Amino acid sequence: MTFMAEFRDAFFEESAEHVAAVEQGLLALDSGAADSEQMNAIFRAAHSVKGLAATLGFPEIAAFTHDMESVLDRLRSGTLAVTPKLGQLLLRANDTLKALLAAAQAGQGSEVDTAEVTGELRAALGAPTTEAETVVAPQSTPAAGAPRTYAIRLLPKRQLFASGQDPMLIVRELTELGHDVSVVCDTTRLPAIDALDPDLCHLIWVVKVTTTASRDEIANVFLFAEDECEHSVRDVTDDPSRAGVAAHAPPLKTPGSDGKPVAAEAASIRVPTDKIDALVDLVGELVISQAMVNQIASDFDMGRLGELQEALASLDRSTRDLQERVMSVRMLPVATVFNRFPRLVRDVSNTLGKKVRLEMQGAETELDKGMIERIGDPLTHLVRNAIDHGLETPADRIAAGKGDTGTVTLRAAHEGGSVVIDVADDGRGLNTKRIREKAEANGLIRPDEVLSDDEINALIFAPGFSTAAQVSDLSGRGVGMDVVKRNVEGMSGSVTLTSTEGKGSRVRIRLPLTLAILDGLIVSVGGASYVLPLLSVVESLRPTPRDVRNILGSGEVLVLRGESLPFVRLHAVFGHDVAITEPSRGIIVIAETDGRRFGLLVDDVLGQQQVVIKNLEANYRKLDGVMGATILGDGRVSLICDVQELFRWTTTRREAAEQLLAAVSTSGEEFA
Amino acid sequence: MTTMTLEQDIDAATDANQYLTFQLGGEEYGLEILKVQEIKGLSAITTMPNTPAHVKGVTNLRGAVVPIVDLRIRFGIEERPYDRFTVFIITSVGTKVVGLVVDAVEDVIDLPPESIQPVPELTSALGGAYVRGIAQIQERLVALLDIEKIVSADLELIERS
Repeated sequence: MTFMAEFRDAFFEESAEHVAAVEQGLLALDSGAADSEQMNAIFRAAHSVKGLAATLGFPEIAAFTHDMESVLDRLRSGTLAVTPKLGQLLLRANDTLKALLAAAQAGQGSEVDTAEVTGELRAALGAPTTEAETVVAPQSTPAAGAPRTYAIRLLPKRQLFASGQDPMLIVRELTELGHDVSVVCDTTRLPAIDALDPDLCHLIWVVKVTTTASRDEIANVFLFAEDECEHSVRDVTDDPSRAGVAAHAPPLKTPGSDGKPVAAEAASIRVPTDKIDALVDLVGELVISQAMVNQIASDFDMGRLGELQEALASLDRSTRDLQERVMSVRMLPVATVFNRFPRLVRDVSNTLGKKVRLEMQGAETELDKGMIERIGDPLTHLVRNAIDHGLETPADRIAAGKGDTGTVTLRAAHEGGSVVIDVADDGRGLNTKRIREKAEANGLIRPDEVLSDDEINALIFAPGFSTAAQVSDLSGRGVGMDVVKRNVEGMSGSVTLTSTEGKGSRVRIRLPLTLAILDGLIVSVGGASYVLPLLSVVESLRPTPRDVRNILGSGEVLVLRGESLPFVRLHAVFGHDVAITEPSRGIIVIAETDGRRFGLLVDDVLGQQQVVIKNLEANYRKLDGVMGATILGDGRVSLICDVQELFRWTTTRREAAEQLLAAVSTSGEEFA
Repeated sequence: MTTMTLEQDIDAATDANQYLTFQLGGEEYGLEILKVQEIKGLSAITTMPNTPAHVKGVTNLRGAVVPIVDLRIRFGIEERPYDRFTVFIITSVGTKVVGLVVDAVEDVIDLPPESIQPVPELTSALGGAYVRGIAQIQERLVALLDIEKIVSADLELIERS
């Protein structure tokens, strides 16, 4: 990765954060909860994107953000009033900015049409000038308004460096405002060498620049350093000393013609410094413990056994702590996902004409980064569902004796060894009767089956089930809850639903703390150990010879309490020739995937243990029927079975036969 | 900064001429030392289903799961049981770490580029496609392997499957 590409990645990541901040701020603004501090925060976020974009050679993004920023600036100074229409426009502008960033990241600069939004932004300003572009894209300075020459004096406080500020950044930004730049450094504050404190800033700069930028725009350069750096701006356009201004500013470099922008998903993670500090401390401890062990071992007799045991115990403790802390580095607050919902709820409720209040609790709960990325879509679906199907229209709510505003609650919390995320609404609840009718119509259950309400409600997670009377734009496209369920189960989690008619419903997602650890059932096959994810194991048993039958067309099945289940011989799948092949002498583990159960023939069940998942693709490749590997207590590598794929092993044979039959019959029709 | 890079360049230049030599079926082979991560004694191998015969399985390398390729089988040399000289040479190619089973490791030798000759008409037991060149050191002939080709041939398998 080139130097610049690295910066670009950081830019996209940081911009995404700024864009999210702008959106959050605008939403708060919309609900009337914004104060001037919030307004400033929005402005700063937009300003940062602009500055970064200009520096890294994205003139389009910089120009567009500039228009946004201009409007925000007027709002901030109070010369423009906050109206719902303007809020909406800014949200749209923020969306456009998001699209621009995405396009730039994917390496397609000008695919996004910004003209319309830009036009509206400028119209909102009441100043449809092109003046905007001069600031951010000095390399293509269009003539607009007479350029003025300013002498800008920077007088940094001596403690400037202590706050992490770099005066050169300010000087550079000033020089980029226009042309005919000269920078003079005033060293009069500089003490004699023996009295010099190098941690203090002793220099004063005077920047002369000819620019079309307004004084406000110049002042904006100091936005982040207002407290640490005084400045004065003097218009010297008509000053004769201007003749002495030095040569032209060096042309602005446009980086990026070399390395292509990297479109890959952000694979980096921001970690709070205190987590890193804790890690550094722990590694320190680890080194000390290890040195202790070394020292004892180098000069060991049995008299020092106690000492050695103590040192080993400390080493053990440090190692375990370190493992935990390292895991925590991967953890991100759920807020990362939750933050998208205020906007979503607002948009969805507007479209549907419902009044919705969103409550979020426990957004600080931490979850593995991998899961944070994957939980977004299922949650979005659930929230949409809650508003679309769960909540009633204001009129219906009043008729039902409730307030006209419905509430959707998102709640995250730690519970035991897992994280629980609830999506709840206080709407009408599930219509159990209709679900039953529909399930019967779809052939999911028989009309005479006796089921509890909860069991019936759980049917909405069955594949292909959708109760929406009408297919709406938002939800109910028939690919609903089963996808949610599959996604969550893909993360070794579970979904449950509770509902009270007339009172509302709640979907509860339960996720393991991390994807990297799994509860496993250790089984042996032909002398090797394999791990089965405990979550998909229902039971295990030793069948009698009578329980295993050969059924024509289905192959071998296991008859269990009147039900016939397909089963897979694990030794055949994994190619062991010295395994137990007679089911009645081995063990059959009953596993469940996608609501269907099947058996796995193994030699023996060895035990149950938490295992750390390692992926095989890192150094080799994906294997059929294997989801990864782990290292067991004896140091040996053991493969972790992919139950979902193994299930296909039972069906492929049958399906292949069915497909063949189907093919024969259709081709038969063709020829008939 | 500049001096650092300079020193690194010099180091790289000398390292690049070094080769680790090993025994396989009575012949001597060499691998660029820069591609060798470490040499490791035999450790337990877990077999994997549906893989070619020369991929013996995976082993635990300090917590990483690393595939092990038996070069005898890979090159069609008669198999023989592992003994106390048998070792894993752990190589790193790109981002992948792969272990090779060889009969015994020999030496680290310096070979300036001009002492390496192109592969002649094939005399050795192994497929010439994986030999980069031949070097003669006194009486010994060393076939220099192209580890990238060997590993990437296995990676191609992935793409196809």
